Amino acid sequence: MSKEQKPGWKSLPIGGLILTAGNADEYNTGGWRVKRPEWIPDNCIHCLFCWVYCPDSSIETEEGKMTGIDYEHCKGCGICAEVCPAKEKAIVMEPEGGKEDGDE
Amino acid sequence: MNKRVALTGNEAIAKAMQQINPDVVAAYPITPQTEIVQIFSKYVADGLVDTEFVTVESEHSAMSACIGSAAGGARSMTATSANGLALMWEVVYIAASTRLPIVMPVVNRALSGPINIHCDHSDAMGARDSGWIQLFSENAQEAYDNAIQAVRIAENKDVLLPVMVNLDGFIISHAVENLNINDAEEVQKFVGEYKAEHYLLDKENPITVGPLDLQDFYFEHKRQQSEAMKYAKETVKEIGKEYGKLTGREYGFFSEYKLEDAEIALIGMGSTMGTAKAAVDELREQGVKVGLLKLRMFRPFPAEELAKALSHVPVIGVLDRAETFSTNGGPLFTDMHYALYGQDHKLIDFIYGLGGRDTNVSHVKGMFEMLQKAKDGQPIDRINYIGVRE
Ligand code: SF4
Ligand code: SF4
Repeated sequence: MSKEQKPGWKSLPIGGLILTAGNADEYNTGGWRVKRPEWIPDNCIHCLFCWVYCPDSSIETEEGKMTGIDYEHCKGCGICAEVCPAKEKAIVMEPEGGKEDGDE
Repeated sequence: MNKRVALTGNEAIAKAMQQINPDVVAAYPITPQTEIVQIFSKYVADGLVDTEFVTVESEHSAMSACIGSAAGGARSMTATSANGLALMWEVVYIAASTRLPIVMPVVNRALSGPINIHCDHSDAMGARDSGWIQLFSENAQEAYDNAIQAVRIAENKDVLLPVMVNLDGFIISHAVENLNINDAEEVQKFVGEYKAEHYLLDKENPITVGPLDLQDFYFEHKRQQSEAMKYAKETVKEIGKEYGKLTGREYGFFSEYKLEDAEIALIGMGSTMGTAKAAVDELREQGVKVGLLKLRMFRPFPAEELAKALSHVPVIGVLDRAETFSTNGGPLFTDMHYALYGQDHKLIDFIYGLGGRDTNVSHVKGMFEMLQKAKDGQPIDRINYIGVRE
């Protein structure tokens, strides 16, 4: 989470209005994640199903190819892993921090 | 410029709405408000207004449609009563917190249950903490005048809060009174054109309305609402003066009746204030120094001004046409304690008229009698129920 000072009530737009379009990028939601999608490039066929389905626009691409995952915004919903059609899944969900709840 | 006509309260409100000519009206009928919607829809059908009239399936939808249209930049109105207002509850709060200047006449009626269609203020009082400005009317004239002023109050750029214009069900809404109505043109000039600063249909400047507002921003938005209510106070005063210049009928937070040298006084809201004036007149003739303060603006609550106006009155009776069930008296009673805190007044609550129970001059005289006894040092209950059978 960023440490920058958020605006006070005197300068904040009223009524909860957001006056700047497309500013969701400024709001990091990666901290909500319990499980993280891990990309396995060797299995990837670059079909971009994951890119189409990701509800948080967190699949990074370059020139039509999958290049990685934006962990600042990925909420770990697991949809990408679910829809990945590669024979050997190219995205697998791993517990955030490497441990399952209850692991010693 | 002023025309004298005979109208019911509902007709007067519908007339005000016609003269305001709002961009959007979304409303659902409910007794005793039904006529407002019915008459207004006729104006729409007859082409007397330019309004987009949205017939909805419930009051929740009525307020939701108003929120949508107001967010889109349209001047929006609705009207309701009692259970209709209760059904709106969720969105009533959203209208205020999204800072949408919607104007809504509320024809006051008892909230169920047991089911009852007659007047009391329990509907409006349920919404007293919703962030709406609340104006009350003594008669059809005031209801009409309040509705027109409400548009300007709501749309003031430092306020941007919705306004509820309250008028007593049946007593005002269905009784015919003589009143002065303004020229439609004058009303149009007075309300002017509504230009929202930020609105959804402004495609050059896209905005988001109603996003999730969590721990890190919600509180700031609530703080802004509190501040807007302070501005609302100023605005209600200014608009009341301006309206006075135009029509000869000036409005403030409240009006005083024979209060100047009063030794005991009543404060209250709505149509019973007319009854109370008659009681004051009768008692004054007998040489009793009684007075009355009729509150017009309940939210924001003009505590400081009330304290000043009542500073010389040792015993004050508070008329509450609603019960809070807190066991501490009606809503106005508790607010009056805030207003007069630290001062040496005796306050007595009179809860009256629930579910349309008639309150007449002799009831009010009875209240004054109790105040007199309290002033003479006799023990009087702090909370009294007037006109209820034991
Ligand atoms: S886990 Fe969900 S949010 Fe994260 S990249 Fe996959 S689809 Fe997107
Ligand atoms: S869905 Fe699977 S195979 Fe397709 S691009 Fe995404 S990770 Fe690669």
